[in-house]
Amino acid sequence: MKLLQLFRRNTFEHGIHPAQHKELTSRLPIRRLPFAPQLIVPLSQHGGAPAVALVKPGQEVVRGEPIARADGFVSVPMHAPATGRVEAIQLMPTARGPKTEAVILQVYEGSSQEVLYDAPCNIDTLSTDAIIQAVQDSGMVGLGGAAFPTHVKMKPPPEHTVDTLVVNGCECEPYLTCDHRLMLEQTDALLAGIHIVMRALGVKRAMIGVEDNKPDAIAAIAERLPANGPISVQAVQTKYPQGAEKMLIQSLLGRRVPAAAFPSAVGVSVFNVGTLAQIGALLPRGHGVIERVVTVTGPGVKRPGNYLVPVGTPVRFLLEFAGSTPRAYELILGGPMMGMSVASLDVPVTKAVSGMVVLEASDAGLDECKVQPCIRCAWCVEACPMHLNPSTLGLLAAKREYEVMADSFHLNDCFECGCCSYVCPANIPLVQYFRIAKAINREQAA
Amino acid sequence: MNDSQLKIELRTSPHLKQAVTVAQIMRNVVYALLPVCAFAVYAFGISVLALLLVTTLSCVLSESLFCRLAGRPTTVNDGSIVITGLLLGLTLPPGFPLWMAAVAGFVAVGLGKALFGGLGYNVMNPALVGRAFVQAAFPVAITTWTPAFAAGRFSQFIPSTLTLPFMQPVDISAWLKQTQVDAFSGATPLALQKFEQLTTSASDLFTGMTAGSAGETSALVILAGGLYLAARRMLDWRIPVGVLLGAVLTSLPFWLLDAARYPDPLFVLFSGGLMLGAVFMASDMVASPVTPRGVWIYSLFIGVLTVIIRLFGGLTEGVMYAILLGNALSPLIATITQPRVFGANSKEPRA
Repeated sequence: MKLLQLFRRNTFEHGIHPAQHKELTSRLPIRRLPFAPQLIVPLSQHGGAPAVALVKPGQEVVRGEPIARADGFVSVPMHAPATGRVEAIQLMPTARGPKTEAVILQVYEGSSQEVLYDAPCNIDTLSTDAIIQAVQDSGMVGLGGAAFPTHVKMKPPPEHTVDTLVVNGCECEPYLTCDHRLMLEQTDALLAGIHIVMRALGVKRAMIGVEDNKPDAIAAIAERLPANGPISVQAVQTKYPQGAEKMLIQSLLGRRVPAAAFPSAVGVSVFNVGTLAQIGALLPRGHGVIERVVTVTGPGVKRPGNYLVPVGTPVRFLLEFAGSTPRAYELILGGPMMGMSVASLDVPVTKAVSGMVVLEASDAGLDECKVQPCIRCAWCVEACPMHLNPSTLGLLAAKREYEVMADSFHLNDCFECGCCSYVCPANIPLVQYFRIAKAINREQAA
Repeated sequence: MNDSQLKIELRTSPHLKQAVTVAQIMRNVVYALLPVCAFAVYAFGISVLALLLVTTLSCVLSESLFCRLAGRPTTVNDGSIVITGLLLGLTLPPGFPLWMAAVAGFVAVGLGKALFGGLGYNVMNPALVGRAFVQAAFPVAITTWTPAFAAGRFSQFIPSTLTLPFMQPVDISAWLKQTQVDAFSGATPLALQKFEQLTTSASDLFTGMTAGSAGETSALVILAGGLYLAARRMLDWRIPVGVLLGAVLTSLPFWLLDAARYPDPLFVLFSGGLMLGAVFMASDMVASPVTPRGVWIYSLFIGVLTVIIRLFGGLTEGVMYAILLGNALSPLIATITQPRVFGANSKEPRA
């Protein structure tokens, strides 16, 4: 750490450098996707309690209208992504696996892109609590992929004092460019969102961290910022997982979030640029989250691009719109390092889906995937951003010593970035083991 | 587009994979060893060529035999066994009887690797296990040295090389006379230094103009191979650096105290098997600790112990036992040097 500061490079220790592949879409402006004939809006797209449906089958809704209310503080409402008729509220498959209750919306053919439902307000006059309420009412969740209700993060625990808002514009996942385009094209909304959240958090300082592979985005933001103002933009090293909040805080501020603690423990709140841009755009008009930018990319896609996708659009519709090659082999929602491959094309795009990456057989590197014994090369130890010992953890997992893994080897500090599996020359599915180990430990604890 | 066209695979993340495999690492280590082998053959002639072929063949055959005995698919393809074979050959004296070399190969694989469960499970470097065995079993043959760059080395074998199986090594004194290498005393630079306080020049040691085990004489080609591997990140540079540092730091005070009796650090660095051991054997991934701090402890320990054995032990060379002991300690070292998890014991937040 001292050495890093010596070189004054904004970065963290360890991590990996996978091929970026961002050139496929980084120059393509955000385009609107037309409405799919049917939208599937799951009532649980976020961490916390599922929303409670406000509509009944057969009911007509207009674009932007609330269709489900939050169930408690750690929950968010849902809004109709298009004008149409509620066909049913039933269990539908999701990318995560289990079926969840969803509102199925039959979109009217003439449905316009204009948001018909709104409740404008003057943000500048709102109190802190009113802002937080407004954020919850907008249905905002962490759009970087975490999908945790945003307003909850705006109320840090009282024992912690937050002094800095860290804005996460790293986009360290290979292939994805939605945040990159957003920083270029919606810079004003982003800055508006930053000001709103800064006010709600009561912080005097905001730092925007952007990986140094996006100099144009850094320049676009810097252009709009006054020198020595409360907001600054900083380049951080292009390295995966730079966008993990603990890593980014280390890179920008040199603060280390204690193991098993949240960023507020070191006085920081981290928000994704996508989340902030939507807050900046939606809150003044009282709109809800009904669409988001999704990078549709990968060698298996014919027409890659950054699309503004209505929430609830079936993956099948998106894939047909972008076209898939005959060798398309694996479809991932999110980025290729932490995203989820989907089993069915009928699952919908939800609020936290940042990308749809379609890989062809050879890209996935499956040709030589035979698992070999660990040769203790220690590459995983050198890659793990959390400074764990994946090598030993992997050997323990093979012996099913799940409790030892958690008690003596910090299993629960693993945030499943996948660096260990990525580098392992013996093809040991390390992070996959760790997920199973954690799940089994959770089950046993319950 | 219909679903029948799209065959979707379901996997869990990460969906990308770095392309480097175990076999590729092993292959690159072999590439790095090839110049060392070539120099050994150049310096000592066809005897060393035969020696390397026999140790490698013996190791490969033993590996496939043990795999068959264990009822497992053969693991010869991963290439690690070729490294063992080459390294074993490089650590033996150039005129080492071939049949003994074959025994060394068999023991290296059987006792050093297969017994523990094959690649990844061995505690010690298999090549050194094999060498330690023949050091104990054939004490004369393993300390019979021949001069480098002997005349006719490409046309005739060193007589002891062709010793019949299960026979004592053939006496080479007549052959030594015939090759007419001036003033060859039958000793390595280490022995000369230890027993007669005759220091060989560092440049001769560095370029490999001296007697010694087949592959240990030229520090230059060994370092070149090590740099290649380190640049490809297939060698943990901290291990050779730590070993060499440990050796220098231990020998320096003794040399300062009594330069006439103790060797200078430069001589310590480039003589004997230290360079080969530091670059290619101590760095064996399987038998070295995985933890960053453990690597330093392990490598410094090997360097220090090598010099202690050299200066105060009965043997002239200590690098083999030092590495074997380091290997044996590495699980313990790894246990006590587990990496500190990110954010552990972090101090109060700074403003």
